[in-house]
Amino acid sequence: MSLWNWLALGGAAVVALAAVAQIRRRVTAAAAGRRFFRHPTAAAGLFVLAFVVSLALAAPLVAPYRPFVQIDITRLANHAPSAQFVLGTDPYARDVWSRLVFGARISLGIGAIAMLVAVTIGAGVGAVAGYFRRWVDMTVMRLVDVGLAMPRIFVMLMAVALWEHIALPVLVLLIGLTGWFGTSRLVRAEVLSLREREFVAAARALGAGPGRVIFRHVLPNVAAPIIVSAALGIGNVMLLEAGLSFLGMGVPSPAPSWGNMIADGWPKMAVAPWAATFPGLAISLVVMALNAVGDALRDALDPRKETL
Amino acid sequence: MAAWLVRRLAASIAIVFAVATITFLVVHIAHGTPCGPSEARPLAPDVCERQRVRFGYDQPLGVQYVKYLAALSRGDMGESFGLHRPVGDALADAIPNTFALALAALLIDFALGLALGIYQAARARRLGDIALGNVALFVNSMPVFWLGLVLLLVFAQWLRWFPVGGIHNPVLCPRLDSPYCLLDFLWHLTLPALTLGLVAAAGTARYQRAAMLEVIRQDYVRTARAKGLRERRVLLVHALRNALLPFITLCGLAFPFLLTGAVLIETVFAWPGMGRLAVSAILQRDYPVVTGAALVTSTMVVLGSLIADVLYAVADPRIRVRGA
Repeated sequence: MSLWNWLALGGAAVVALAAVAQIRRRVTAAAAGRRFFRHPTAAAGLFVLAFVVSLALAAPLVAPYRPFVQIDITRLANHAPSAQFVLGTDPYARDVWSRLVFGARISLGIGAIAMLVAVTIGAGVGAVAGYFRRWVDMTVMRLVDVGLAMPRIFVMLMAVALWEHIALPVLVLLIGLTGWFGTSRLVRAEVLSLREREFVAAARALGAGPGRVIFRHVLPNVAAPIIVSAALGIGNVMLLEAGLSFLGMGVPSPAPSWGNMIADGWPKMAVAPWAATFPGLAISLVVMALNAVGDALRDALDPRKETL
Repeated sequence: MAAWLVRRLAASIAIVFAVATITFLVVHIAHGTPCGPSEARPLAPDVCERQRVRFGYDQPLGVQYVKYLAALSRGDMGESFGLHRPVGDALADAIPNTFALALAALLIDFALGLALGIYQAARARRLGDIALGNVALFVNSMPVFWLGLVLLLVFAQWLRWFPVGGIHNPVLCPRLDSPYCLLDFLWHLTLPALTLGLVAAAGTARYQRAAMLEVIRQDYVRTARAKGLRERRVLLVHALRNALLPFITLCGLAFPFLLTGAVLIETVFAWPGMGRLAVSAILQRDYPVVTGAALVTSTMVVLGSLIADVLYAVADPRIRVRGA
């Protein structure tokens, strides 16, 4: 790594710190914001996320090599961590640090987009089921029961087995489409109780149709559980992507994702443990940060449940 | 209670039926025939046609579906494309191994998770609780298979305490028929079970801590303390009883996690279970095996949550009243 890369790395850390400080200043005016930052690990988790996101955005500045370049396959494969290769090189003589930084784009991107898909569908379906009740609710919730009964990894594996090459966008979509069942249950339960409240009756009395009532009046009041389940869900998606890529059925190899980096490093684990260890650490750290932030969000947004 | 049980049972059966239908439809819509995607299975057209007829793919979809359901009701999941044996037999060989792994992991999960959760609740918001809580959160955030690789590297490759994979010593212990071989089996089981168990225990501990804290705040616990009972007795006898209720739900939830985790862990440790069978079947486009494994896994998940619900009703009379 050159001096410039180190400087960029430091810059990313500074940017992340500044971002957290800025968020903290903005948010602590409200009670929920103060509750969020009272959580012992919330600020640390937020910093980790901000840091990884700024690294991913500044990947070309922070990484000394292109992620797919095989530097010198005869002499530099499985090179131990050194000043030149901070995290060593993998069995294909690619710089692990560079792949890790560029891989953050793919791993975080898949997590965020798939979760967005899942949460959107889950919130929509849950709201419709909870609002209309009767047969709509019955049908949809039975479907959700079935969806929850099939372990997600098996559904994904079946899809991969049936359609030869799955393009990355399709993979993301599939992960999203198999991830909304839990959210929809959550939203439905909230909507069931919200629809009986006076403000909903008022909106209906003013002549608002179901669409308007659901999207303008009911759903905004379910925002808290949706946000929390989204934060926790990104972590789950990242773990799922890692598992699929590890089995060789996720992100195809020359593109770096944290999951397929583990898969690439695995066969040479005994010789070059760094190639598989660091991406796994990165996943653990980011998922942990997401869980910490999710927990803090839950405590902050739901004052009824006192922090334990 | 009886009516509730019947309704719950009927719903479970309906779910399994729906899963069977969906897997059947998906495979057929995507042309999951023995000819497979041409790249994975380059077959001459006449060979392909013969295979299609042999496995019954030349019949109309409706006929195939009825035959499939009829066979399923007899426990017959069809013939594997590649293994030259019925899917049911292949699964029957693999399921006990997956069960052994899941059961061992469950034991570690419960023992460790319970102990950790109680300890943390007893020391809530003190150094020990915070430190352990963060460690648990970190372990719970790890990709299971990656933790398996790390344990493998440390305990099998560097320290050489445990074998690097497999289920038994193929030369000395081809089958489980002596005390020595049982030990050998347990020795092989330790690392994979520990991997799954540790990650699950980290999650269990978090729930158990919250459940304990919820209970400790209640009046009867204060009464117990006021009577002058020792803290140990208050926690382990009075509080724990009620704090165990969410634990039952957790057992039901742990099941899908363990079965999903087993898919990855069995691949890492070369454990000849259902997960590994499914993964190798996918690589060979052996659709009957894939759908069979998916169906069996879903059935187990449904069964797990059914058992958890029943246990919950048995343990907590309040639920029974509401449910009936």
